[in-house]
Amino acid sequence: MRAFSYEKVTDPAQAAARAAEVEGAKFLAGGTNLLDLMKLEIERPAHVIDVNGLGLDEITETEEGGLRIGALVTNTALSADARIRRNYAVLTRAIAAGASGQLRNKATTGGNLLQRTRCPYFYDTAQPCNKRAPGSGCAALSEGAFSRQLGVIGTSDACIATHPSDMAVGMRVLDAVVETVTPEGMTRSIPLEEFHLLPGDTPERENALMPGELITAVTLPAPVGGEQKYHKVRDRASYAFALVSVALIRQPDGTERVALGGVAPKPWRSAAADAELSNGAAAVMAELLGGARPTEENAFKITLAERTLAAMLAEE
Amino acid sequence: MSPPIEFELRRRTLLAGSAAIAMSAASGQRSAAQTVTPTGTPVGPESTAVTLTVNGEERELTVDNRTTLLDALREQLKLTGTKKGCDHGQCGACTCTVNGQRINSCLSLAVMHDGDEVKTIEGIGTPEQMDPMQAAFVENDGFQCGYCTPGQITSAKSVIEEIRAGIPSHVTGNLTAEIALTDAEIRERMSGNICRCGAYANILAAITQVAEGDEA
Ligand SMILES: Cc1cc2nc3c(=O)[nH]c(=O)nc-3n(C[C@H](O)[C@H](O)[C@H](O)COP(=O)(O)OP(=O)(O)OC[C@H]3O[C@@H](n4cnc5c(N)ncnc54)[C@H](O)[C@@H]3O)c2cc1C
Ligand code: SF4
Ligand code: FES
Ligand code: FES
Repeated sequence: MRAFSYEKVTDPAQAAARAAEVEGAKFLAGGTNLLDLMKLEIERPAHVIDVNGLGLDEITETEEGGLRIGALVTNTALSADARIRRNYAVLTRAIAAGASGQLRNKATTGGNLLQRTRCPYFYDTAQPCNKRAPGSGCAALSEGAFSRQLGVIGTSDACIATHPSDMAVGMRVLDAVVETVTPEGMTRSIPLEEFHLLPGDTPERENALMPGELITAVTLPAPVGGEQKYHKVRDRASYAFALVSVALIRQPDGTERVALGGVAPKPWRSAAADAELSNGAAAVMAELLGGARPTEENAFKITLAERTLAAMLAEE
Repeated sequence: MSPPIEFELRRRTLLAGSAAIAMSAASGQRSAAQTVTPTGTPVGPESTAVTLTVNGEERELTVDNRTTLLDALREQLKLTGTKKGCDHGQCGACTCTVNGQRINSCLSLAVMHDGDEVKTIEGIGTPEQMDPMQAAFVENDGFQCGYCTPGQITSAKSVIEEIRAGIPSHVTGNLTAEIALTDAEIRERMSGNICRCGAYANILAAITQVAEGDEA
């Protein structure tokens, strides 16, 4: 790990201003992703701004009847909140499907959205990786590479990594909005749909945040009701990232929403696919994953996604 | 009949290995690289004084900012009960509690815990005065080499508390009902503690014994 200076902040706007002003500064929340990457020197901040003292650790009701989740609310606290369990069950399910009890106690709402990919070549600093070292190439697309876990849609010739968060998939199906404060002290609202960027030619740019911009909260609209489910398929029963995950909200009138995890650089959802439910899982996936560009190793994810949704639709 | 999902296999066309590295060297410094791995230099002290309450005792220490809570406990406070397995959040050997909650001490910095209450296996019990969970691990042979055991015992105690506090898990059925203390719940909640010796069956027996004893 590289040496860094450390500071604690107590005011969100001041935190953002500091992060923009100090070269090489990074926010530290739970630390469960940043410290992991700092040990490998994939992240090398010269200055660490600890945001745990910002007081953004509450879940409050919004005027619209929804909830505002502070950026520092832990994954455990969020998944266990009675209002979330009752009215936004898909979010509790998604969070509980991720990481471990210990990690969820530290992982925060903002940090979870900003966690970086689990592509094995991103982690291996001896390998070329356009996300870690722009312009160096993509080892995941080289001959004989291990791409089983990687993305099938929304990817590019520069990068086929997925966004690994389960929580984000649950939030996407709920139409969550990310709230931020900029270094100038202005607040912004960014729909989660627009928050994570597709890689294109610049896979190192992963989200809509400007330098120094701080996530202050994630808001959920008023409860939409319905039957809410999250199914995660992985190589072992627990404590593993998704090969494919499906978040589903089904209403009594037959309308639905579907979002996929494990297949793309962001939670994957489309209105056209949502409209296909009455025609079955294959029709939904034809919309959602039509035009996918898998590798030979991960083409199975397309079948797996369809079958996972079919199994969820068949459940009582 | 539903439409088939249309897709095209991505070809492996791109550069790899040494060719790619040669290419990037040739293209020189790219400014984008700097936004990914910021350069800059530290703008303040690289070490910090912190006060931790460890197993009920206040300890003052000065740590390099890079020191994890795990290394502070082991190397500076000489509390070597908390183990280092992977150092990356993947095994649970370093599990201890901070302000009553179990965490991976390898993925936390000591400086983040100024003023916090830390409890390690040394604070849970001693060979003379074992905690009921420690005694149950001994009675049920809940370990072989013992390396994962401090983390397992710390997690096990937290698992029972978390179930009682109504924190749902991946296998919880009804999210609004009281959570039952089942084998499935215990296994799922213990999944962040890996045991290379595979003592899982006996670990489960030990935890179940304590949980049932508490209820009786
Ligand atoms: C072994 C292991 C298994 C895991 N399994 C899963 C899994 O199955 N599913 C899953 O979803 N996740 C999984 N995770 C990832 C885990 O969920 C993330 O590490 C965690 O959510 C990150 O949150 P944090 O608060 O610790 O972030 P940090 O590590 O503190 O920060 C992450 C990034 O976010 C930035 N940041 C943090 N807060 C803010 C803010 N408020 N505003 C702006 N920037 C901010 C930081 O600068 C940093 O770049 C796993 C992790 C590990 C180690
Ligand atoms: S898929 Fe993306 S993250 Fe993985 S090696 Fe290629 S560029 Fe890097
Ligand atoms: S040493 Fe911390 S989880 Fe392995
Ligand atoms: S007892 Fe040996 S690793 Fe668990």
